[in-house]
Amino acid sequence: MKDAYDVVVVGAGPGGSNTARVAAEHGLEVLLLEKRPEIGAPKRCGEGFSVNGAKTLGIKPDPRWTINEIWGANIVAPNGKRVSVRYEKQVGWVIERKMFDKLLAIEAARAGAEVLAKSEVVGLVMQDGFVRGVEVERHGERLTVEAKIVVAADGVESKVARWAGIDSTQRLVDIDSAYQYEMVVDLEEPDMLDLYFGNDIAPRGYVWVFPKGKDVANVGIGIGGNVSTKTAKQYLDEWIAKHEPFNEGRIIEVNAGGVPVGAPLEKLVANGLMVVGDAAHQVNAIHGGGVFEASFAGQLAGRVAAEAIERGDVSEAMLMKYDREWRAARGEILHRIYKLRRAIEQLSDQDLNYLAEQLTGEDVVAFANGERLGKLAKILMKRPHLIKAAKELM
Amino acid sequence: MPRKVDYDLCMSCGGCVGVCPFLALTLEHGIKLIVDEERCTDCGSCTSFCPVGAIKEA
Repeated sequence: MKDAYDVVVVGAGPGGSNTARVAAEHGLEVLLLEKRPEIGAPKRCGEGFSVNGAKTLGIKPDPRWTINEIWGANIVAPNGKRVSVRYEKQVGWVIERKMFDKLLAIEAARAGAEVLAKSEVVGLVMQDGFVRGVEVERHGERLTVEAKIVVAADGVESKVARWAGIDSTQRLVDIDSAYQYEMVVDLEEPDMLDLYFGNDIAPRGYVWVFPKGKDVANVGIGIGGNVSTKTAKQYLDEWIAKHEPFNEGRIIEVNAGGVPVGAPLEKLVANGLMVVGDAAHQVNAIHGGGVFEASFAGQLAGRVAAEAIERGDVSEAMLMKYDREWRAARGEILHRIYKLRRAIEQLSDQDLNYLAEQLTGEDVVAFANGERLGKLAKILMKRPHLIKAAKELM
Repeated sequence: MPRKVDYDLCMSCGGCVGVCPFLALTLEHGIKLIVDEERCTDCGSCTSFCPVGAIKEA
């Protein structure tokens, strides 16, 4: 580790590693810091990833992480009614996040970035209203590292942006509490994602069964902690106890975590600082997925960092280019998806059952991508008590 | 009174760190959750969030 870099990236998740790789490919001196001893672990993720997402990001599928093909999904209403969609081609994978994240960090290192695990950023160096570097704790030592630009990709914990004056606090109404098992269990349809909805099953969220092979699954839950009477673990354990064959599943891994499901931050940059990924609330608020969004934002942040440093201007005004371009590409759609989430969370189990009668699986997948919301609004309009929710969608 | 962490239950996921409006929580080395007793206002946000019920009233 040197005393000074062009860019210091805090956090080696998909957002941080993509930022670091792209910045390094543009010739910048980059340091990528991860406080945990192992990049990629522990995961806090359902591990779904789409073929289209990989294409958009230019990430080449690698059999070390594309461990199971996904061709469709079953969405299950509170009354058990299944709404299914199976496409004519593969649409995604359940991935091995540990390998995925690690390989992204390896790519960053190969591009020339310095990468350091078990190195914790504990503070910022601020000067004249600019972020000028980070304080790092590493193996019992405390070091100061200068940076022209610091990238806050520190995930749900998101302290770096807050130290710099951007309020990235995860509000309780906009973060889900998640709990998950990886288990060995015989699966009926190993190429389909299963999602179970209901206010008694998972208030404001859902239970997921994402197959990682014929007999291994990522089984998890996300709930709104502030609208629930029990913990995420309790809800998931109750669901599993009632559902064969999962009640016989052999648990090989346990994870917990927070899943931001809010709207993106109103400002993604400050003087000498860019915020990326979960820390910037760049997530799909309906399904809670963040790997694609963080990666996309990270690549953009890496490009803008290179341009800013080439021009010798790391002011907020210059870095706003990242903010503007990101909003043009993803901001509007994520806002629409956020509004959809706020509407859906008002629905009772009877409403959800009604929707399951009216919708196709294709509809549900479209909704999750922020599409066909007019159709949803029309259906909601037919139920007088949902007119307000429908209007919020339009 | 500041909140207390039950280390037998805590999964070190760090979600509560992002939820705390007062920057009173730190996940030291990504492992141990520490409550800054000076900053904690006992608001209970962390407790509402915690997926495993590991943060309790003192």
